[in-house]
Amino acid sequence: MKYAPLFGVCGAVTKIALYSEGAGVGQRIRVLLAKPGLDGHDRGVKVIARALVDAGVEVIYTGLHRSPEQIVRAAVDEDVDLVGLSILSGAHSALVNEIMNLMRDSGLAAIPVVVGGTIPEDDRAELADMGVAAVLGPGDPMREAVRLVKQLARPH
Amino acid sequence: MTKDLRKAEFRTSDGIVLERVYGPTADDSADFRDRIGLPGEFPFTRGADPEMYRRAFWIMGMYSGAGNAEETNKRFRYLLSQGQTGFSIALDLPTQMGYDPDDPKARGEVGKIGVSLASLEDFELLFDGIPLEDIRQIRTTANAISPLFAAMVIAMARRKGIDPGNIKLFLQNDVLKEYVARGTYIYPPGPSLKHSVDVIEYCASNGLENWTPMSVAGYHIRDSGATPAQELAFCLANAMAYFREAKSRGIEADRFAQNIWMFLAGDINLLEEVAKFRCARRIWAKLMRDRFGARIPETQALKIFCYTLGGRLTAQQPLNNIARVAIMTLGAVLGGVQTLATSSYDEAYSTPTEESAAIALRIQQIVAHESGVADIVDALGGSWAVEALTDQLEDRVMAMLSDVEERGGAVACIESGYFQREISGAAYRHQCEVDSAERVVVGVNAFEAPEKTKIHLYRPDPEIEQRQVARIRALRKRRNQGAVESALAALEAVARSGGNTIDSTVACVEAYATTGEICATLRRVWGRYEDRIVF
Repeated sequence: MKYAPLFGVCGAVTKIALYSEGAGVGQRIRVLLAKPGLDGHDRGVKVIARALVDAGVEVIYTGLHRSPEQIVRAAVDEDVDLVGLSILSGAHSALVNEIMNLMRDSGLAAIPVVVGGTIPEDDRAELADMGVAAVLGPGDPMREAVRLVKQLARPH
Repeated sequence: MTKDLRKAEFRTSDGIVLERVYGPTADDSADFRDRIGLPGEFPFTRGADPEMYRRAFWIMGMYSGAGNAEETNKRFRYLLSQGQTGFSIALDLPTQMGYDPDDPKARGEVGKIGVSLASLEDFELLFDGIPLEDIRQIRTTANAISPLFAAMVIAMARRKGIDPGNIKLFLQNDVLKEYVARGTYIYPPGPSLKHSVDVIEYCASNGLENWTPMSVAGYHIRDSGATPAQELAFCLANAMAYFREAKSRGIEADRFAQNIWMFLAGDINLLEEVAKFRCARRIWAKLMRDRFGARIPETQALKIFCYTLGGRLTAQQPLNNIARVAIMTLGAVLGGVQTLATSSYDEAYSTPTEESAAIALRIQQIVAHESGVADIVDALGGSWAVEALTDQLEDRVMAMLSDVEERGGAVACIESGYFQREISGAAYRHQCEVDSAERVVVGVNAFEAPEKTKIHLYRPDPEIEQRQVARIRALRKRRNQGAVESALAALEAVARSGGNTIDSTVACVEAYATTGEICATLRRVWGRYEDRIVF
């Protein structure tokens, strides 16, 4: 497994971009993975980042404790094809709602959003109503995340 | 290799290759007894105490605290009435990160994974009517704000006319592991390390012998994906950084180390976990004696707080988690821990409901009163397999620890991202094994059920955020603003001078300065930490 990590700053977000070598530039799907709010559990998001990179997806990861504004700025600046949000603090309703509204206001309504984390079954409908394309939960295999990203993201 | 075996190779979670059967080895000779010792004797492999649970069962304490102070207070009263002997105060994320409920960064998080403690007012409501001096252990998840939490306890005790020393406070206060796992840091690691040691120094100088000023935590490191050896090695590396700082302030190990605990995960690989607890005690005893000059048995004997590993529980077929937690409980008890908190079966989704928390406590009570394993001290001691695993884990941990030392110690390994990289690598390898079903997780990648089990989940009251916001704003209007400002200015001056911050933090708390104001003051002095993103 080879990574070419690129450090930089975008939208006041320290980011790291990961590519696996060999994949063709241009057709690669670009994904923003983000940790909104104060939750510091990043095991899941890092595992998903590596799985996506291994599957030829380009990943930009924001690091911990990002505000909805920072995340949406990063999505705009990085021109990503999909946004993945990882939340394990139970604060998903408020945070996702805010991010979805900001994305609409920033002209990103067509960019699919996937939420991962400890999202109770009963909350999935609420997130879907907000426009979330899919939810990944505990126990979902990495290949499911890869499949979803490849199915939902439209490189542009 | 015989062809008809289930696997080509049998391994523990740490990757130790298991023998088919264990028997006596060449060094099972005269020095065996010295190497493992007797319970209550150096090197404490067999237990921190000669009588262990024949004297008293371990402390049964559960994770609790959600919403606001009044709601958590009600939960505490219920759990105490159910026979719980210690409890933990889980704090919400804004509190842990030093933001007030009305800070924009707190939006949506107030009262979510724990209780919101924004000022001394919340603290007083939290403990209203609780017989503080009778509880065997009051724990908290405070880390970056542990010195502030300590100050709140001191201020509340004074106000109630109680000697703070009579409260058995158990602080986590291990901020270094926040940079390695879990992520609830505020300031950069250097000043944070000193801030944590302020509590140790304060307790040692003020005779707070009933307090645990720190429990160095391997738990979160493990839950982030570390192996058992990494869990111990990285946790010990952090512990050594604190102890060196204490030593540089002239606080010798024998003055404080008897009150330092280790907080470890209880995983499901039963025999390896028993070995892990035994090996943790043995390494600790040797380190404390040989590197920190601990002379008395109390400072050499490690006391362990174990929490069953939440990350091992599954969202699928959640009731299976009751069986998992029972096995983890057995491992912790056979491993000789002093305090045990058991996870609720719904932990993969949320903080527990009253019902699920009660079942988790019953697991401990069944192991304590019905299984009989608590009636023999170190019942697995002398088992060839367990002794071999204990030795092998010790070798692995010591090798990692000297590697960390060569890299400049814990703070250097945090700053370079070494710990984080090692752990996320282990997490990824683990997930690959689960995805390929090389590692079977019942209900997840094998024996799946077509129907999802419906469970009732705990829901924090959505109104709590608004109520907390209203309360903190009312408090700010009511209090003496001049007193708050001068107390905060005094704290800032102490922090700039590099002095111990506890007394001046107590003064801020007594003036009803808020959590957010106190942490903002220290952020001005020490700065804010941005995580080091490594894979």
